[in-house]
Formats: sequence, C-alpha cells, structure tokens
Amino acid sequence: MVKLVINGEERQFDGDQDTPLLWVLRDEMGLTGTKYGCGIAACGACTVHIDGAPSFACVTPVGVLEGAEVTTIEGLSEKGDHPVQEAWRDLNVAQCGYCQAGQIMQAAALVDQYDTVTDEDIDAVMSANLCRCGTYPRIRAAVKQASAAKSGTPTEAETQ
Amino acid sequence: MRNSSIINVSRRGILGGMGAGAFVLAVGLPRPGRAQEEEPDFGRDAMPNGWRDDPKIFIAIAEDGIVTVTCHRQEMGQGVRTSIGMVVADELGAEWENVRVTQAPGDEEKYGNQDTDGSRSLRHHFMPLRRAGAAARTMLEQAAADQWGVDVSEVKAEGHKVSHAGSGKSLGYGELAAAAMDLEVPARDSLKLKDPSEFRYIGKNSIGLVDNMDITTGTTTYGIDVRRDGMLYAVVARPPVYGGTVKSLDDSAALAIEGVEKVVRIEPSEFPTEFAPLGGVAVIARNTFLAMKGRDALQIEWDDGPNADYDSEAYHETLSQAANSSDGKVIRDEGNYDEAAAGAAQTVEAEYYIPHLAQAPMEAPAAVVEIKDGQAEAWACVQAPQVTKLRLAERLGLEESAVKVNVTLLGGGFGRKSKPDFVLEAGILSQAMDGTPVKLTWTREDDIHHSYYHTVSVEKMSAGLDESGKTIAWRHRTAAPTIGSIFAPDPMQKLPLELGMGLLNMPLAIENIRAENPQAPAHVRIGWYRSVSNIPHAFAIQSFAAELAEAAGRDQKEYLLELIGPAREIDPTNQGDVWNYGENPDVYPIDTGRMAAVVEAAADGIEWGREMEEGRGLGIAGHYSFVSYVAVAAEVEVVDGEVTVPRVSIAIDCGAHVNPDRIRSQMEGAVIMGVGQALMTEVTFAEGRAVQDNFDTYLIPRMEQAPKRIDVHFVGSDAAYDRPLGGVGEPGLPPVVPAITNAVFAATKKRIRRLPIADQLRS
Repeated sequence: MVKLVINGEERQFDGDQDTPLLWVLRDEMGLTGTKYGCGIAACGACTVHIDGAPSFACVTPVGVLEGAEVTTIEGLSEKGDHPVQEAWRDLNVAQCGYCQAGQIMQAAALVDQYDTVTDEDIDAVMSANLCRCGTYPRIRAAVKQASAAKSGTPTEAETQ
Repeated sequence: MRNSSIINVSRRGILGGMGAGAFVLAVGLPRPGRAQEEEPDFGRDAMPNGWRDDPKIFIAIAEDGIVTVTCHRQEMGQGVRTSIGMVVADELGAEWENVRVTQAPGDEEKYGNQDTDGSRSLRHHFMPLRRAGAAARTMLEQAAADQWGVDVSEVKAEGHKVSHAGSGKSLGYGELAAAAMDLEVPARDSLKLKDPSEFRYIGKNSIGLVDNMDITTGTTTYGIDVRRDGMLYAVVARPPVYGGTVKSLDDSAALAIEGVEKVVRIEPSEFPTEFAPLGGVAVIARNTFLAMKGRDALQIEWDDGPNADYDSEAYHETLSQAANSSDGKVIRDEGNYDEAAAGAAQTVEAEYYIPHLAQAPMEAPAAVVEIKDGQAEAWACVQAPQVTKLRLAERLGLEESAVKVNVTLLGGGFGRKSKPDFVLEAGILSQAMDGTPVKLTWTREDDIHHSYYHTVSVEKMSAGLDESGKTIAWRHRTAAPTIGSIFAPDPMQKLPLELGMGLLNMPLAIENIRAENPQAPAHVRIGWYRSVSNIPHAFAIQSFAAELAEAAGRDQKEYLLELIGPAREIDPTNQGDVWNYGENPDVYPIDTGRMAAVVEAAADGIEWGREMEEGRGLGIAGHYSFVSYVAVAAEVEVVDGEVTVPRVSIAIDCGAHVNPDRIRSQMEGAVIMGVGQALMTEVTFAEGRAVQDNFDTYLIPRMEQAPKRIDVHFVGSDAAYDRPLGGVGEPGLPPVVPAITNAVFAATKKRIRRLPIADQLRS
C-alpha cells in the first residue's frame, strides 16, 4: 500500500507496488492526460512532476512514491493558464497533440525553474520528449514566449 | 451527386480478384484506366460512398446559438477538425467563439467517404462543406424573412444573426434555428457562396485549434484514453515473424498472476492478411501493467513460417540484382532510351537504397470494444472508420448495422491507423469475455515489430548526357515489395497507384525515358506511410538529378530547372499514369511552371549560391505529389561525419489555402520527419524479425536534431478559391531527404545513396 498526493489530493494504491506510476494514473485513477509512448523513458510522453521535478511516470514504480507529491497535466494549473499552456495555445503548437502533455510538463518545469531559457537549455531539456508530428520549432518558440511571459508576470508557484 | 457503393466499385473490377472493395475503401486509390470507363469520374465523385453537402448532416444549431459542426474526417494532427469548422462557419456566417466541432462515427452511408488518407480531406470536401454552410445560412435567412413577413432578398445573415436593414430588426441564429432546420434544404444550384473577399476564417492565419484547450490541459480522448465501466485491459503476443503461428503455449505462469483474468488465443490470418489480426496470444487483465506482466510470463514457442529467413541486408542484395537486370516489366517508354544512351557523350549510373520505415505514431494503436445485446461498439483511433466497421462486423459474425465505430482523436496516424487490425483484436477479446469492454493497447515494441511497414526499395538510375551536358536519356528501374501484397497473392509488381507516385508521372523534360519494374516479393506487411512511394522515387530522382548536374559541371539548381524544362501542362495519362491521385487530368495536369516556381522560391529562401563555410553545403530538391508542388532547399553541416541540418527552406504550391497555419505546420512537420529519414530512421530485419524495438533503437529526430530554422514559403494562387485545391498532409515530405543528401554532397563531396546516413560519413 502506498499513499501519495496527486494534484493536491491524497490517493492510495494497494495493488502491485511495481506498477509504474503511469498505469496507476491512467488505469486506476482515470487520469489519462499522462500518455504512454514507449515504457522505457525514451520518449517523455509520460512526463509528470514528482516533488516538483520532471519525471518519467512510465519507469517510476508507484511503490517508491510514499508521501510524494505528483502533478500531472490535469493539475498543472487550475484554469489551464500556466504560461506554458497559454503559449502553447497562442502559437498553435500542437498537431496531433498526443505528446504535448509530456512536452508541456517538461517545459513548465524548465520555465518555472529558470528565469531565462536559452536555445541550448531547450535543446538539452526538451530533447527528452519526442514528437512524431515535428512540432519542435513551435515548442521552441512557445518555451521562449512562456519564459518571457513568466518573467513579466510571476506564476502561482512564485507567489506562493 | 455520385453515390457509388462498395458493390459498384468492386463490380468494376478495378483490381480483379484482389479484394477490391476493401482496398478501394481503405486506400481509395486505384482507378481504372480511362478506356475501361464509360463515364470516368474523378476526385470526390470517384470515392466509395462519395460525398455529402446536406447541412442537416453536418450542422446543428442550438437554442443558445451554439453551432455544432460534425467533422467526418479523422483528426491526426493535420488540423482537419479546425479547418472543417472554419469552412462551415465562414459560409454559415457564424461567430467562431460560438462554434464547436464534434466527431462523426464511421457511417459513410450518412456522411459520404471518410477515409482520411491521400491528402484529400479539404481537396475533396471544401466545396461540399462550403455548400452545406451556405445552405444553412440561406435557411436561416428564409426563417427570419418568414417571421418578419418580408422577402428573403431583404435580409442578410452574418455575425451569427440575420438582420433586416429596412426595419433594423435582427434575430440570432439560436432564435431562428428550430424554424430554419424545419425548412427544406435549398437546391444546390440556387446557393450563393461567399465571395472570397468576404471570408473571415478561410485563408486566415489567426484561428486557434478547436482542441487547443483540451490538448493543453490533458482532457482529450485518444483511442488509448477511452474508459468504459467494467473495462478490462489487454495486450497481445504476436508472432515475431510475419505469417508465423503458435507452436506451443504454456500460460500457467501468466494465469497465476493476480489480476490476470484470461489468456485468449487469436487465430492467425492467412495470406493475404489485409487488415486481419496477425494472431497470437492475448492476456486480459485488470490493468495494462498486469496484462503486460502476464504477457511477459507466457511461454510461447513459435513456428516462424515462410518468412523465417527474411534478412533485410540479404534482401538489399536481392533487390539490387533485380534492379540491375533487364528483365523488369517496362512501364514507361518514350523515345528510345537504348539508342540515346549508346550515343551519349557521357553515361552516369547510380543505385539508391531506401529502407523499411515504421509510421510509429506517438500513440501506438489502441482500441476499446464492447458487445451488448448483440451490438458491438468500438472506440478507436482509426483513419478509416467505415472499413473498420465492415471488418469488425465480419470478424465478429455480426451485421454491419450491429456495429458502431466511434472515432477518437488519433495520436498521429501517418497511414498506420488506416489499418484496423488492432480494432479487430479488441473485438475478438471482448467477444471472448462475453462482451465485457476490453481495451487493447499496443506497446511501442508491438508497434515497431508489427507495423504495416513502408516498403524497402532499390532504385537504379541510368542516364546519358550529350556533349553539352544535357540529359538525353533517362532510365529508372524500381524494385520494391508492393502494398498489393497485403490485399492479394503477392503480385510482386508495384500497383499503378505506387507507380503513379512520382515515377510514371515524373515530369522532367527528357526525350528518351524508360522505366522498368522488376519483381520483388514481400516478406513483411507492406503498408502506406505518409507520402508512400513518393519517398523512394523522389529520393532517387532528385538525388540523380543532382548527380547529373555534377557530371555536367553545372549548378544543381540551374540544372534541375533545366531538367524541369519550359512551363507546360502535362497530362500524366500520356505517360502511363492512369491514376493521377484519383483526379481528373484535365483539371489537375502537372504544371511544370508551378514546379519551377517552388524550386526558385525554396532556393531564394535559403539564399542559394551564397558562400559556404568549410563543412557546410546547400542542396535542393523538388517533387510533385498529391497534386501539389513542393521544393526544399537544405543547409547541412558535417563535422566529424556527423550531419546536422541547421536550416531548411520549403516552398509549397497547393492551390488556394483554407487554413494557412496548418499548411505551415504540415510543412514544418514534414521537414522534421524527413530529417529523420535522411539521418537516422530505419527498420531492419534479421531472422524474419524486426531488429529495432522501441525509440531507443528506432530513431526519430529530437529537439536538438530539428533544424533551428525552417522557413515555409507559399507560392502560387493561394486565394484562387475557384480553382481546385492540392494536398497538404503528405507532399511536404518527399523532397526533404534528397535536399539534405544533396547538401551533404555539397559539403563533403560524398554522395549518399543509402538511407539513412547513420554513420556512413564517419571514418
């Protein structure tokens, strides 16, 4: 049995403790915003925040998460208004959209953590997340736009 | 309206005994030779079940004024839900913030053709959907005029309301909806479409995607996201070799796992397998993880069957021998190649190899099926819901009317999801569980191991140049397994539609041309992958054009333009291409002037001819496909044998624009997919098995490998809405790879003739 906090809510899971967080979220909790893409930490579609750090839910056994705080795309912001989400919509980043939850969670952690984001930062961090449609140029632009927006307007995380 | 039924299409014998109905349904591609047709029809008229423009099918207006547009084409990233919404809303005079888009289930009787492939959703449905919007607008105007007792000519609909200038009265669409929808739909020829100058959404850049909020907050539903009460989860162990079967099975360890509910054998399908499941052993469990754990615990001995020895390296040699023999079927013959080549001042030969590829959409195939009271219902990420419904009904022993296929969003498609084998698997498993809803998930390994692979090919090119360096003789031999092999006993020869993808309709101005197609057997499931046979044909033709320029000592771009020749319109049927992407060659001839214009635009965009640093080079390629014209100019940098593509300029002429932002995004995506195909993407086979497993070995580009700069250039009459539209989803891809490899030559003097480049340039 493991108890953890998912999007601010206390949850527990008493099944196989080896179950990757991904399948607990999707199949057991009904939080299908976090996607399956590879199961081996190679594509980033399953990116969530665990205690604030971007993590691959597909290779994280739920049993190690006792007391952890997990944030998924559904809980990134209350109204879908994290600067990264807004920039994503503003620039029509998505094509099929499937990888974008993972992209957004990865980008949100990057933007929240650093005051400025360079092309090199984007290459280094966002290369963890695959997109088969090829939305990378717009992801790059959206990360920069979100970073600029954030430095102008403090995010919720900063004001807390 | 043409309303050709499946039966009619089959009866015409397009593919003889090849399961024609299914093929046409799924691919919608082959069209009989014109001579066989009494009344040839083309484009949307030739598609199974045709098209509809009845506003009552596509448009619903609620009392609160919310307009709901039903999208009957599948969304897989091309933006069709947004684009169809724009088209209908614009003609309807609706306010965009009051427009919603809902997805149609598979029902071609009602909606007309729904196969979302071939880059034709807007090409075929732009005009019918405009008419649907205009008809509904006319009905709203009539309803208002009736209410006010004035002549309809005195009222005007726009901005989500109908106004009467004389009295200053107006009524909102919501207030008029009930009365309007009771009216008869006006006759098609009475409709007044908007003048393009009045468009508010069509052709405009500022429209946000209808699914933007859901995508950015994680509330979308893809096939893998569907949840039903009491649903169980399944994965399948499939024969690792195409055509293999289960020799023995021990499922005791799997069944011992708590949460594993059942192990089910799925019968193998006989060749040709078409869209039938490959067979194997399914594990059904309480969640996906337990199903996968159960599958890992299965002890299966496989009989690998007839393809046990398939080895892609050895097969490369087989194809090469075929492409170097003169036994191939002659498929195009103009002038006298042999004579011209014999008299040439210089001859050039080159052989190109293009490997198997897997579409690998980020969402691997997934579907839910449940069966209740003899009715099966599926929720699935399918490009072709109608054939999904037909095949599911057949496999489950149900009437077509007892099967419903709901279409979710597709997490990428690229051709893979035109084939509903995975939905059939889910149906079989639900049936095995007495109708309990079962979600069938393909793991990434399943996807790479059991794709409908892009074919593998060897393209052997030969040419003769005269003393001035002009190409006077051109021979193209293409050897590749055919898509036809999944629909019929392997015909070993490319289908007309495959040959019509850039080979028969190759528009270069050369007097003596011959094309030959030697036989090539298939050893894996061959399917269509974004832009299909245009990939090998464009790579070979555009690489070879650059090689000829080099042999002639000429600038690559200038020589390519010379090969394209003077501006002229070519009827592709005169070159043996009876297919022409299903379109009327009189309406859609190949216009070499448009081809040359995109080449110029792509070149200008990359500043062709500029001085390059050491290790850098520029390359260019142009290709006509899906009745659109695209050229790409690429800049590469090669350092220690490592190729990067910092900058790409891509120019497209696809006729008039409906959703320019989505044309741009398709070009951007095509460039990045092409960078992968040039640099890293490949599936190889050994002992019949795919060697790559997952994204750690099946490589596609990441952010750091994507060009930092991609400039998209629009060429041509982007506001000529009275002229036919071109395709957008696929035509961006074919010229990307040869532009990159031609640039590699410019940078290194090394010619890439085998894809991907991988470590070929490392010493």
